Amino acid sequence: MSTGEPLLTIDGLSVSLPGPAGPVPVIKQLDLRVDAGEIVGIAGESGSGKSLTALTLLNLLPPGAVVGGSIRFDGQDLLSLDRRGWQGVRGSGISMVFQDSTAALHPMLTIGRQLTEHIRAGLGLGRAAARTRATELLDQMRIPHPDRALRAYPHQFSGGMRQRVAIAIALACRPRLLIADEPTTALDVTVQAGILALLEEQRRESGLAVLFITHDLGVLSALTRRAYIFYAGRVMESGGTADLLTAPAHPYTAALLGARPHGLSAQRTLRAIPGAPVLPDQLLPGCPFEPRCTFAEDSCRSGPPPQVPTTSGRTLACVVAPDLTGEPVVNR
Amino acid sequence: MSETATPAASLPDDPGTLIDPDGDRPAARSGRSRSLLRFIVKKLLTTIGLLFGVTVLTFLLVQAVPGDPSTTNLTEAAQQDPEIVAAYKAKWGLDKPLPVQYLTYLNNLLHGDLGTSQSTGNSILSDLAKYVPATIELAIPAMVLSLLISIGLGMWAAVRKDRAADHTIRAGALIGLSTPSFWLAIVALYIFFYVLGIAPNGGRLSTKFRPPQDITGMYTVDALLTGRPLVFWDALWHLALPVLVLTSLTVSILIRFVRSAMLEVLDQDYVKAAYAKGLPRFTVLRRHVLRAGLVQVVTVGGLAFASLLSGTVLIEQIYSWPGIGQYAYLAALNLDLPAIMGVGLFVALVYILVNLLIDVLYGIIDPRIRVS
Repeated sequence: MSTGEPLLTIDGLSVSLPGPAGPVPVIKQLDLRVDAGEIVGIAGESGSGKSLTALTLLNLLPPGAVVGGSIRFDGQDLLSLDRRGWQGVRGSGISMVFQDSTAALHPMLTIGRQLTEHIRAGLGLGRAAARTRATELLDQMRIPHPDRALRAYPHQFSGGMRQRVAIAIALACRPRLLIADEPTTALDVTVQAGILALLEEQRRESGLAVLFITHDLGVLSALTRRAYIFYAGRVMESGGTADLLTAPAHPYTAALLGARPHGLSAQRTLRAIPGAPVLPDQLLPGCPFEPRCTFAEDSCRSGPPPQVPTTSGRTLACVVAPDLTGEPVVNR
Repeated sequence: MSETATPAASLPDDPGTLIDPDGDRPAARSGRSRSLLRFIVKKLLTTIGLLFGVTVLTFLLVQAVPGDPSTTNLTEAAQQDPEIVAAYKAKWGLDKPLPVQYLTYLNNLLHGDLGTSQSTGNSILSDLAKYVPATIELAIPAMVLSLLISIGLGMWAAVRKDRAADHTIRAGALIGLSTPSFWLAIVALYIFFYVLGIAPNGGRLSTKFRPPQDITGMYTVDALLTGRPLVFWDALWHLALPVLVLTSLTVSILIRFVRSAMLEVLDQDYVKAAYAKGLPRFTVLRRHVLRAGLVQVVTVGGLAFASLLSGTVLIEQIYSWPGIGQYAYLAALNLDLPAIMGVGLFVALVYILVNLLIDVLYGIIDPRIRVS
């Protein structure tokens, strides 16, 4: 913690899910880092492995999934944990808020039950103390009448309030890292702003680190300072969010923004990304974006592009981008 | 059936944050039991209309049976004498027009008179009071055992999906389902009575015991109430085989439903969320998965219970069990119309009550159902 080691370090993570014709690789060679008290974004299209990364961090992958590489969290090697070890990490080390609060709250249990059941074990509190903590949490989440809310069922709340409750549940045992998997996608814009403000407040006040998954680049730039752009289970580009969004170096990031890679001559413009994302079982020898990429060359097809650091502090997985955009690469 | 997210009992005083369309705002705590009570009363009221329809149906069904009770219940010689036949018909009201017959039937019914059996000569009500408890005594333990076993095994199979335990449980259920219950009953009798000699060969009680004083009509319960432990154990011993056969049949039916219901629940985000909170697996299964899965199990389980309560002719026959199944069988053989109508009414009542029970259980398990 004080050694300057990042809170979360993912190194060479690969995940395969069982498929009808053998294991299907869904996350390939993923490197990712989250420091304490930092909000880090993951952006990409659906199916790019964002949510699977989140589930991997909590060992909630479907049975039969094969995980390789290493995940270090708070000085612990997560992938070597047994069931009891995971139980200790979940909730009080890493916790998670899901996209759809209607689906993520149990419809038949009161808010109070769902909010206190893990507090008692996680923080070692008695019934009354757990209830006090629950009331406190709801109050922090700006939920009116916390006492009454504890006795209510999820369907008695609006979507935004439900998501606040879900965040309260996730934060109940004072985790160091919160994974937020598109928590505002199902909400309208004003409600969304309130939720984002709450997360930022938690980061500021209690040093909470957040791994924020989204496909909304606006939200990404509003909330995060660093971000990872996912495509087909790989990180295409990572770096400072403002950098990535104002001056994308990777053709995929650029395509996502509907703009052209910076430094490129103005004639060659991009609009909608042609083609469809590769399916996980479609194994391409080279860059996964190559079939849809306007700038693809022969070298793109020969092997997966290596992750290379650039002088602007990014990491880039593209063979042509450095030459294309003039983004200088470190140690090349 | 009730995916509606509109709450009746909402939280007061914050219209901006909580939906409160009805302005119906009881305090949250008493609101829960009050809305449940209102829900039950509403269900009871619909039940009355349903019962009335059932009387029309049973009455008409019996009229549709080809066969004349006078020919089945009078001797050959008596049938030759038109005066005797006319007197017989007059005695049972069979000479009146149908609507009159129905109104008479309904009027009697409202006074608790289900008619008199043409074969036993007793009132149907007292016949039912004699036979029904015997069936209930089989149905309740069979149902309780079935629920415990099928929920346990079904959940285990769901958690261990596609692994050895799952395959074994599913294969077992399939075998149980494909085994005719009467065959199982006979084989069980052969093994446990004839070969091993550890089970009785049928009946409710050994001949050396007098039946306990009739309080509930269920021998085990009555024996306990009157403090006769030996009679209790003997009655229990006689229950064992038929209950086990009924249980194996019911478990085979239920287990598949439990497994698929639990599989569906295991896939829900709220189960992932429960694990993500750091809850131990057993807590997640017991509190989160079981509760949600029960909603679906209650429906099938209820129907299985109703079917058990309606009596099983074959099993009761094989184990010489004087239950409602046997009574129905005898009534049908003798074309004993009042008895058949009585049994029909009883079975309909069982299904109506069990459905009411299912609805109430829904309301208890799932708070969203109470308000819709």
